[in-house]
Amino acid sequence: MELVRKWVQTILALLVNGSWSFPYTRTIYQGPLKVVCSPGLNCYSCPAATTYCPIGSLQQLMAGIRVALENGQNFFGLYVIGTMGVLGGIFGRLICGWACPFGLIQELLHKIPSKKFNIPQKLNYIKYGFLLFFVILLPLLVVDDFGYGELWYCKYFCPAGTLEAGLPMLILQPQLGQTIGILFYNKLAIMIGFIVWSVLASRPFCRTACPLGAFYALFKNLKLVKLRLVEENCTQCKECHSVCPMGVKFNESPENAECISCLKCMDKACKFDAITLEIAGLPIGSRGKAGIRRPKQTDALI
Amino acid sequence: MAEKRAENNKSIRVAPFITILFFLVMGMIGIMTGEVGRVLEQAVQVCLSCIGIG
Repeated sequence: MELVRKWVQTILALLVNGSWSFPYTRTIYQGPLKVVCSPGLNCYSCPAATTYCPIGSLQQLMAGIRVALENGQNFFGLYVIGTMGVLGGIFGRLICGWACPFGLIQELLHKIPSKKFNIPQKLNYIKYGFLLFFVILLPLLVVDDFGYGELWYCKYFCPAGTLEAGLPMLILQPQLGQTIGILFYNKLAIMIGFIVWSVLASRPFCRTACPLGAFYALFKNLKLVKLRLVEENCTQCKECHSVCPMGVKFNESPENAECISCLKCMDKACKFDAITLEIAGLPIGSRGKAGIRRPKQTDALI
Repeated sequence: MAEKRAENNKSIRVAPFITILFFLVMGMIGIMTGEVGRVLEQAVQVCLSCIGIG
């Protein structure tokens, strides 16, 4: 299953970054596919990007909402939020585990041999702050004299944008190097920080700073596809704790918002069919390993 | 008890469908107001300051 997931991640990363003419055009793809939403975090200023980034687009719409209304255009971000909501309602954070290019990059970085560290659970809440303030409120409320806001998350923080768009654009258009300043170096430091952190800890950006992950996490109880704990089969062996890339203790909190449904706990860890995948409440699969069952109390007496 | 548990296991959750429908309608309203064109307009331009350049 893990191999299947890696293939899906790779194929989807190539699909949302499917424009490979940029070495000749030296700019980004500008075709009609850019109305399609990238399910995962993928900067639309990446030269190869064929889809739009929902977080970037949402900020753009929030930042320009006053000017749009003045011009009689009712652009409230409904198309972008609607698309994100449909994806969230079907898959939730399964997208983080299966369809996010930046998630794939972090997983590959984490394979570099080094001492590994845990991430404190409290840091998980930071990403909700980024979603609320940097993506919605600050672009909406802090505006210039003309009524335009700024793209706070993209401009001041997003390491995916620096890696996928900032650096490639500097390579493609070296003259842009004359315009870089403190803003770029600040974002470069953030990107390097997350790269190093990804080597040392599993998916640090997804867990602490991704506003798209925070949005999808809101669907933890509403999503169509989710993992379920079959309590009567669970032996509390805690094997699922050791394999989870998001630090979820599945047997203790099966509805955890951090679960990215990577299926490692179901496929690699649980030997007792205590974790199943379900669609709208109907179980569709589990490890189903024959001959293994939950030990009963009577077993101890034999 | 076991039968009731098995029955619960097979019950279909309605909340995801309502959620999806809600956001689908929201997206459709966005399409009808012409927001798709605005998204495309923004997505085909390189926003240099957004990626830390300029």
